[in-house]
Amino acid sequence: MKNPAAKTPARTGRVLRTPGGLSVRVDGRTVTVVVLLLVAALAASVVLIGTGDFPIPAGDVLRTLFGAGEPGQEFIVRELRLPRVLVGLLVGASLGLGGALFQAISRNPLGSPDVLGLGQGATAGALIMIVLFSGSAAQVTFGALVGGLVTGFGIYVLAWKRGVHGYRLVLVGIGVSAIVTAVNGYLMTRADIVDASRAVVWMTGSLDGRDWDQVWPLLVLCVLLVPLCLANARGLRMTEMGDDVSYALGVRVERVRMLLLVAAVLLVAAATAAAGPVGFVALTAPQLARRLTRAPGPNLLPSLCMGAALLVTADWLSQRVFGAGRLPVGVVTGVLGGLYLLWLLVTERKAGRI
Amino acid sequence: MSPRPGVTSGLNNQRSNVNRLSAENVTLAYDQRVIAEQLSVEIPDNSFTVIVGPNACGKSTLLRALSRMLKPSAGRVLLDGQVIQSMPAKQVARTLGLLPQSSIAPDGITVGDLVGRGRYPHQGLLRQWSAEDERVVQESMAQTGVAELADRYVDELSGGQRQRVWIAMALAQQTPLLLLDEPTTYLDIQHQIDVLDLCADLHEEQGRTLVAVLHDLNHAARYATHLIALRDGRVIAEGAPKDIVTAELVERVFGMRCQVIDDPETGTPLVVPAARRARDRVGAATEAS
Repeated sequence: MKNPAAKTPARTGRVLRTPGGLSVRVDGRTVTVVVLLLVAALAASVVLIGTGDFPIPAGDVLRTLFGAGEPGQEFIVRELRLPRVLVGLLVGASLGLGGALFQAISRNPLGSPDVLGLGQGATAGALIMIVLFSGSAAQVTFGALVGGLVTGFGIYVLAWKRGVHGYRLVLVGIGVSAIVTAVNGYLMTRADIVDASRAVVWMTGSLDGRDWDQVWPLLVLCVLLVPLCLANARGLRMTEMGDDVSYALGVRVERVRMLLLVAAVLLVAAATAAAGPVGFVALTAPQLARRLTRAPGPNLLPSLCMGAALLVTADWLSQRVFGAGRLPVGVVTGVLGGLYLLWLLVTERKAGRI
Repeated sequence: MSPRPGVTSGLNNQRSNVNRLSAENVTLAYDQRVIAEQLSVEIPDNSFTVIVGPNACGKSTLLRALSRMLKPSAGRVLLDGQVIQSMPAKQVARTLGLLPQSSIAPDGITVGDLVGRGRYPHQGLLRQWSAEDERVVQESMAQTGVAELADRYVDELSGGQRQRVWIAMALAQQTPLLLLDEPTTYLDIQHQIDVLDLCADLHEEQGRTLVAVLHDLNHAARYATHLIALRDGRVIAEGAPKDIVTAELVERVFGMRCQVIDDPETGTPLVVPAARRARDRVGAATEAS
């Protein structure tokens, strides 16, 4: 062990260098995980497009997607099922990335948007639109977006004390979550039966009936925010070592954290607005990704891919087992995520961290 | 980027041009609790400066201000003639390193990876890991004697090894100035001396300017080339240990009677606390007065 250790490079992974002095670090295992997760997410998407009352074989799905399918299948694939699957991929990716950001900022695996009450905040916004204004689908989406952003801002203001600190953020988030849940309960009591059933379906988190109107805003947001988050990942990685060390190393800790927190709130609020509060994806995706890559750091890209793969797979599972349109995807992710949360609590407790 | 002489005038400004790091009339406070007022300190270039004083005298607070972790509510900290808060974060990080009292090693990080993080201020989005980074990391690990641990996980190491790893990380930052906040706390005596010897090497062989906060007055007297004695946020004395450490100073700073003799090993001052009876008499006398 002694001799080779002194000679091997100090870091795991490879470095790509160009003659111009540019260098990029690549961790082999992380790249493999990202590629495999992407493949899994896309494969699940193709299968999901083929699933439904009118099943289409995977080969035909691919042919249709590339513009060589039958006209009859073309309509089903392109207009009905593709947007739904794209919403699923984007929502999963946003939740995975948003969750990874929240957990890295709060330095706590429990510091996910589900626990912090962002989902509940978006729900409150949607409920206000449904119950008080009997709003249209677009108005409900808008309400959810505003609800999520207001809640995120509220948590930030309440948790801010010369900077945002991990435990403070989690504890304040849990408090806010409880308050907003109570407000949601009150709104439900005010609802008539039609609005109430509509609200309940929304609150479970579902991809049913999602079309291109939900795809575009989410896609634009992801195209803007994902590169921004990835570019700041190096600074975020440093904050794992505590504020003092990272600040001493030249990271503008508060700026990085603020920027990424805003990005995370936007991602999660937009995802929730598009599909409802799909539970536990933001909590589980980063942890699962981390266990696969075995790399320290926030693992942003693997978490994003894991979120997308998880959500599409869960949607396929719910359709496959219970039939199309019967069971919202949020129920499946809720059950799986709940089990995972229990396991996480037990192992964290054994490790003496909570 | 150049300092602007002539904008501010006076004695203070001239003094600060002499040394790279100084604090000028700073008031240091956490929220409303004032730790020090009108405190001025010069860190002589190429010195091994040690700050000593009783608990809560403001020594760690002063170090935090010098390393820009704490913004003075009045006065200013100057680095190379510029107000430290106004300088770009990475530029400061290439000049001045800090080893804080408590640092968190990320879960599942290896020694090599952690030391490598010290290169952050020299890196960018498109310059993530140069051959120079690699060389400096290897060198820093060799200097601190942790090269053989490069592939081990930091969580598995003993306290002494871990402290060496953190020092290696600060070294990889390659700063001419290095600030250490109680680097020997929680270490047993052998590892304390280890770490202090390492600091002395960094100072003597590499010509780095070191500033450390130490609890142990005898360690301070033995290793420091420049000593700053603080009490209640004020500098009571500063200078070479040989010139300033006297029984009278120790009593003024720590409120404890003692004898100061020559260290038989190094000839530096050695503080021997007075026996309990002698101290009791003093205590009774001061309480009565």
